[in-house]
This record gives sequence, C-alpha cells and structure tokens, in this order.
Amino acid sequence: MSKKILLEHIATPNLTNIDVYMGTGGYKSVEKAVKTMTPDEVTEEVKKSGLRGRGGAGFPTGMKWSFLAKNTGKPSYLVCNADESEPGTFKDRYLMEHNPHSLIEGMITSSYALGANTSYIYMRGEFTWIFPILEKAIDEAYSKGFLGKNILGSDYSLDLYMHPGGGAYICGEETALLESLEGKRGNPRIKPPFPAVWGLYGCPTVVNNVETIADVPWIVNHGGDEFAKIGIGRSTGTKLISACGNINKPGVYEIELGLPVEEFIFSDEYCGGIAGGKKMKAVVAGGSSVPILPAELILKTAKGEPRLMTYESLSDGGFATGTMLGSGGFIVFDENACIVRNTWNFTQFYHHESCGQCSPCREGTGWMEKVLHRIENGHGNMRDIDLLVDVARKIEGNTICPLGDAAAWPVASAIRHFRHEFEYHILHPDKVKDRNHAPVPTLQEA
Amino acid sequence: METKFQFSAEAITLANKIINRYPEGKSKSALLPLLHIAQGENKGWLSVEAMDYVAVFLKLQPIEVYEVASFYTMYNLKPVGKYVLEVCRTGPCCLNGAEDVIDYLQNKLGIKVGETTPDGKFTIKTVECLASCGTAPMMQVGMHYHENLSKEKIDGLLEEFGK
Ligand SMILES: Cc1cc2nc3c(=O)[nH]c(=O)nc-3n(C[C@H](O)[C@H](O)[C@H](O)COP(=O)(O)O)c2cc1C
Ligand code: SF4
Ligand code: FES
Repeated sequence: MSKKILLEHIATPNLTNIDVYMGTGGYKSVEKAVKTMTPDEVTEEVKKSGLRGRGGAGFPTGMKWSFLAKNTGKPSYLVCNADESEPGTFKDRYLMEHNPHSLIEGMITSSYALGANTSYIYMRGEFTWIFPILEKAIDEAYSKGFLGKNILGSDYSLDLYMHPGGGAYICGEETALLESLEGKRGNPRIKPPFPAVWGLYGCPTVVNNVETIADVPWIVNHGGDEFAKIGIGRSTGTKLISACGNINKPGVYEIELGLPVEEFIFSDEYCGGIAGGKKMKAVVAGGSSVPILPAELILKTAKGEPRLMTYESLSDGGFATGTMLGSGGFIVFDENACIVRNTWNFTQFYHHESCGQCSPCREGTGWMEKVLHRIENGHGNMRDIDLLVDVARKIEGNTICPLGDAAAWPVASAIRHFRHEFEYHILHPDKVKDRNHAPVPTLQEA
Repeated sequence: METKFQFSAEAITLANKIINRYPEGKSKSALLPLLHIAQGENKGWLSVEAMDYVAVFLKLQPIEVYEVASFYTMYNLKPVGKYVLEVCRTGPCCLNGAEDVIDYLQNKLGIKVGETTPDGKFTIKTVECLASCGTAPMMQVGMHYHENLSKEKIDGLLEEFGK
C-alpha cells in the first residue's frame, strides 16, 4: 500500500464530523503552529517539504508564500482556489465532500503562516451541496476555538468564509478568481504585479489550490523533511489523481508521486485497465489543457524509460513526446475513441470559456472550433490541418493568461500525434458522417 | 404583469450576513452570492428588475450588475422551466455517452437544447465539465448532480419531476 496523506482516514464513518475528524488526529497542526511555531517557521517547513501547487502549474508552495509582500500596512489574504473546472478533474470536489475538515484545518494553519486574519474559499457555484458541508465544518471549527478571535488562546485570530462562483472556467485562473471575488467579471489581470503584491482588494494575497492547502497540516505535524521523503526528486509527497474516460474503475486515487503510469492504469488498485477489454489509444494525463499522448508515449518516454507519475517524468521529452502532470485529471481514451471529435469538443470548451480580452484567444479559439467542426463533419481539406497548427501557434504565448496556451496545446498535440486521424476524416467524409453519434450542439445553439 | 421583485425576509437576512463577510467598503464582493439568491427567488432566472433590485441593495450602478450577470453561465437571463436539466457536454462525459443523453432528452421532451417545454416544466441546457467526469454521463438539476445516467435513470427522474 502506498502512503496516504489526504485520504488516510477516508473510510472512517462520519469523517465530516469534527469530533470524528479530531479522533483521527485532526486539527493537531493548528495547535502546534499557533502555540509552538512562528509563522515563518511554518513557511520554512512547507519550503523544506518541496510541496508544489496542486492546481496545475506545480509552482513550489513555500517559495510562493515567501514572496508575499510584508509590512505593507495592508492586510494579507489567503484565498483557496476551489473552482475546479478543468475538464477531467474532480479531486478537490471529492476531498471537500468527504474530508472537509482537512481543507479547513489547512486553511487555518496556512493563514497563520501568511499572517492572514481573513481568508476565503472560492468554490465553483455549481457545487451547491458542498457549500453546506464546508459551512458546517467551518461552524464546528469556530465552536472548538480553531477559528475566530484568539485561536486556542493565542493572539492569532482568523475568520474564514465561503464564496460561490457563478459558472466560469476562467475564474480558476488566480487573478480572474480575485476579480470575481471582488464582484466583477472574471477577466484575468496582467501580471506583474502578482497577487503576492497586488491581490484581493489590492492587498498581498496567496491563492492556493484545495489539495495544496490540505497537504499543509501533515507537513506541519510531521515536518517538511518527512514529506520530502515521499515521492521522487522534486516531485514530493502524494497526489490526488481523478481518473476517468474508458477505464474500469474511474475515481479519485491518492498516489505517491513516482508511481509508474502503467501500474496506475492497469493495476486493480487504481484504474483497473481499459473498459470492455479494449486497447488503450491515448491519455490526457493532467486535465484537458495538457498535451494528449498516444498509448506508447504515455507508458514509456521517447528514450524507452517507463513513464512515472511525476512532474519531471511526465514532461520528459518536452511537448514533442511528453506532457504534464497538470491538475491530475487523468483521461483515458480507448481504441474506439475519436481524437478529432474530442479535440473539437475541447476546443468548443475553450472558445466558450475564453473571457474575450485578448484577440488571439477570443478569435483563435473560435477559428479552431470552426475548422475542427468542418473536419469532424467531413467537410475539411488537407490545408485545414496546417491552418489549425498555425492558429494554435499564434495563440500560444500571445495572451494575458494561460488559457490561450491551454486551448492551443490540445489541438497542436492531437495533430502532432494523431495527424492520420485528421487526414482520415478529410479523405473519407462519408465514413465520418455515418458514425452513430447524436450531434453535440454547438454552444451558439445552446 | 410581473409584480415588483423584492427579496423575502429570509433572503434579506442572508444577504446582510453575506455582505458582512467582506471588509468595510467592499460589499460589491457580495454580488455573485446575491445574484444566486435573487435567481432562486425569481423562478430560476434574473429579470432586469431582479438585477436592478440587487444593484440598489448593494449600492451599485445597474450596469455593474448586468455586466457580471451576463458573464457567468449559472445566471439565466431569460425565463427557464421549472426544472433546468443541465447536461455536461464536455469531452470526458462524451467518452461515456453524454451525446446520447442529450439526444435522448431532446427526443423525449420534444425540445432542443436551450428550449423549454410548452408546459414550462423542463429546460435543457448543456454545460461544461461539472467535475463529475468519473461518474459520466451526468446532469445537474437544481441542487443535485445526477450521475451515471442511463435511459432508465433519466426516465425515472423525469417521472419523479412530474412529467
Ligand atoms: C484557465 C485556468 C484555469 C485554472 N483553473 C484552476 C482551478 O480550477 N483550480 C486551481 O486550483 N487552479 C486553477 N488554475 C491555476 C491557478 O491559476 C493557480 O495557479 C493555482 O490556483 C495556484 O494554486 P497552487 O499553487 O496551489 O496550485 C487555473 C489556471 C488557468 C490558467
Ligand atoms: S488568454 Fe483568453 S481567457 Fe486569458 S485573458 Fe486572454 S482572452 Fe481571457
Ligand atoms: S466532463 Fe462532464 S463532468 Fe467533467
């Protein structure tokens, strides 16, 4: 059995109740931090742990915390990113539903490290039934003295609030999230200044993913060095992976970073292999935004080494032959899945979710959607493939926020590795038109 | 004739509690939560009246409310049916039959995505990934996620909603 940090006690009945959670050792990190550690000591442990942001970018958390502007005369904020909208990703939801106190405890300990006296959890508005779960957990934490004035008799005070989004993928981008939390449209801000200097209400702010924050209590309790012992190299600790698509056992799994990808897909402990005894065609390993890889390249790197579930191994080979760990949204495609159709589908998603501020993203996603629609429906021509590559290249790197890249990469990688499927669609229009699919309505119709 | 929109007494209490979550002078932050409340109290959509009411409540210009309401997909700017069937149409759900679900609902209810049945009961809406990809296909109806949908399950749900 591999090491569990976040889901260790997940099978305990009524874990959402604070007494049960405390019975499993819960809230010890709050006591340890506020009574025996300075905020900087907490940050130091997080640095030593090597914890990297679990929201997708993998930025070292301790380093991010140490960038927070100090002595500005303004309050500092910690904002938890619970917007979880990256297609294929449903791990934060699982954690919040089944182990809400792990997030609340992490918010308190992390807020202490950052000197924040008010913190927010920005959760996507669609998670309607999770609001009461987290609100109950927050109320319980107040009643036990873990939140509010003078926490556990210390001179540290913290108020923690929930905030609902309104349905917009872009609000997962941290500066769009802050705009949204201020009651505005979710338009990403130009960086710099970074939120560490100019965040919520123009105050120093750290935005962290749910899972990142939930890892902090374990690090405080056991020490950063212990956390760093789990995993391989710069990929320390465990990671929640949400697995879906054409597999036997979709679900959320906590893995030790370093697990071979092959074991993750085929072992009964995890995905349990491809559904219906089919062959695997491709994998999108870290949410819809990361490059798709064909079966042979997800199992082995171009050098022939087994691919591991780590930041480094998954990106080995760069975009030519590699991908990214991303958010941990692991989507598996079987031999019958249509890569062209899926690419068209993803591109509709990005076109719909583009905030519209930058023309390369706003127009480019629309063009790609149109061209892909044409190819998928048997009206494409060979030049369309190069056109797509060209549009994707012109979006990439030319936008305010990374959504532009996120829209370009799936298209570029699908063509890189599955060009033959695009060509097939163009050369055999009758065959693709016959396929027994209900039409996916375009979003303009919707 | 529509009656003039206003929050119920409970909604006013809740709205004031929400405003208190944000620092002095930052009550605009309460806009998204208050729009959710307004939509809940206005048959599931935001009329101009409802938005204007929220603007007055938060001392905002109406345009500040309209521009926000139109940005986010959860806010309906047109009347909707009693039950809004929000089916996820994104890739992972399609790998497990989301397209068939959409097709089945359209045929069964005799309406297209974006339309409402003549009796005002059902609206079909497609939405993007709802973080339920491991239990696809799925749809959200009000507070609830209905997952691992099959034809039988859909039939049962529609029956339960009083088709
Ligand atoms: C378009 C877009 C969507 C994003 N969505 C999310 C999200 O849903 N959840 C999340 O934690 N991070 C998301 N991110 C990453 C955040 O911008 C940010 O890097 C992250 O919240 C930082 O937390 P971490 O360092 O703990 O990962 C998104 C980024 C982009 C560009
Ligand atoms: S890249 Fe797209 S989503 Fe990001 S700011 Fe520009 S238009 Fe908006
Ligand atoms: S793709 Fe449908 S819930 Fe994620």
